[in-house]
Amino acid sequence: MSITLKDVEHVANLARLELSDAEKSQFTDQLNAILKYAEKLNELNTDDVEPTSHVFELVNVMREDVQKESLPIEQVLLNAPDEEDDQIKVPAVIE
Amino acid sequence: MSPFELSLQEVGAKLRSKELSVTELVDASYKRIAQTDDTIKAFITLNEQEARKQAGELDQKLASSEAQGALFGLPAGIKDNIVTEGLLTTCASQFLNNYNPIYDATVTRKLRDAGTVTIGKLNMDEFAMGGSNENSSFYATRNPWNSEYVPGGSSGGSAAAVAAGQVYFSLGSDTGGSIRQPAAYCGIVGLKPTYGLVSRFGLVAFASSLDQIGPLTKNVEDAAHVLQAIAGYDASDTTSANVAIPNYSEALTGDVKGLRIAVPKEYLGEGIDPRVKEAVMNALKTYESLGATWEEVSLPHTEYAIATYYLLASSEASSNLARFDGVRYGVRADNPENLIDLYRKSRSQGFGPEVKRRIMLGTYALSSGYYDAYYLKAQKVRTLIKQDFDQVFEKYDLVIGPTAPTTAFRIGEQVGDPLTMYLNDICTIPVSLAGIPAISIPCGQADGLPIGMQIIGKAFDESTVLRAAHAFEANTEFHKQRPTL
Repeated sequence: MSITLKDVEHVANLARLELSDAEKSQFTDQLNAILKYAEKLNELNTDDVEPTSHVFELVNVMREDVQKESLPIEQVLLNAPDEEDDQIKVPAVIE
Repeated sequence: MSPFELSLQEVGAKLRSKELSVTELVDASYKRIAQTDDTIKAFITLNEQEARKQAGELDQKLASSEAQGALFGLPAGIKDNIVTEGLLTTCASQFLNNYNPIYDATVTRKLRDAGTVTIGKLNMDEFAMGGSNENSSFYATRNPWNSEYVPGGSSGGSAAAVAAGQVYFSLGSDTGGSIRQPAAYCGIVGLKPTYGLVSRFGLVAFASSLDQIGPLTKNVEDAAHVLQAIAGYDASDTTSANVAIPNYSEALTGDVKGLRIAVPKEYLGEGIDPRVKEAVMNALKTYESLGATWEEVSLPHTEYAIATYYLLASSEASSNLARFDGVRYGVRADNPENLIDLYRKSRSQGFGPEVKRRIMLGTYALSSGYYDAYYLKAQKVRTLIKQDFDQVFEKYDLVIGPTAPTTAFRIGEQVGDPLTMYLNDICTIPVSLAGIPAISIPCGQADGLPIGMQIIGKAFDESTVLRAAHAFEANTEFHKQRPTL
């Protein structure tokens, strides 16, 4: 499989990245090289192999449904780029 | 002589007898940094005011003559992807160049409870993506052995600061080799624990199934004590292992008689610098003279590890870095047209090229139509790589090989070709994929640059890894070598 410029634009959009023309071209080449290298994995027959998402057995870790204190609002807003009335402010979401 | 050359016991004794104070230790740290960091550039942020205040408080505690732990009073550096409340934490990214954490990572809290002093935050490859520290968006850290060479990465600052004698020890993080490889390039000790042994709460996530925090130190004994302080179950990290933590210092017996070592032929073949190979072979002779035995084995899926790793790590990273959207923290772009434009502009302005490259790769590998071919396939190969180790560990106690195929390379030498950079991790990546522990210790030099040997153990068997590493140190002098600065 080979990546085209169109693929790079599609992926950049999914990843919410804005790329310059130079970056798009460079990424097309670099990603192609990396993916070509990754095709090595097709040498292996993995039909009967279970995927590993975690190296050691983990089961869902739960805690008791007990109410705890929430974050103080000053801490929530400490790093917020823009705020108003104890809320983080962003550009309009709904038209 | 720098007080950081004293052993832990010596420091402890001198603090108790008032021959030394914590304030003096902290002074020594900042003095050394002032002397050397214009060249080395290990630090992003210094914590001087707060550190001196803490030192004063710790000196008061000393006066009360309660018994103190092994790490009490030691100046430590923390990699800048581990959050420290109130102290700027950037992950070496422009995206977080103003981020002031509202909480401490579990390891930060544990070190503070152990009485260490945080000297500052250490430089790294941006978001831990890199193997040379050249991907820091601030500046490249230099190898203390030769300032035209890289210290390794992504914990380059953590390794350089210890090698340069700026701190007594540091914390780094390791996803595909980011503690071990810089430790090797800088001639110090670096340990990646078993996945889950050390809490990741407060470690800015790169690849959640691979990331681990670990110590970088001047010798194995120090590493054992730091590991003791930071290991252990943490309810705040749902991937934290609920296992009993042994006393790691008790493992440092010096005895390796009967230890069965496996040496994978894939780790000493083509692509490994012959001087690195020679140093490791000499180390194996040392082990034989101490009563251990070694045999060649095969880890047949080694050649697939890099491709597997880059697909999995990048995929996980693309998901983890989605949180950097400019909304709640980090640098927000000006004048966005709408919300999506806000995300796009903030991310594009904030992230460096390697970060963007890996997000792109990961997004592609996870996207509809490609998930099975790339991500799922890589997860299956991960199983095969882990099984290779499981099989070897049925008959052997440890696996030994080089930490990296070469010594450090020149700054700028590999920047043009990401794939070449990725291939530096061939020795460390399979270990990360298997989730097992490994330490890098110095075992030689070539052209004035250190060579590291990697000792790999079974899951949760850090004790055997430390025992073997310590015995080698006790019978050689490599760990005593220091760069001239």
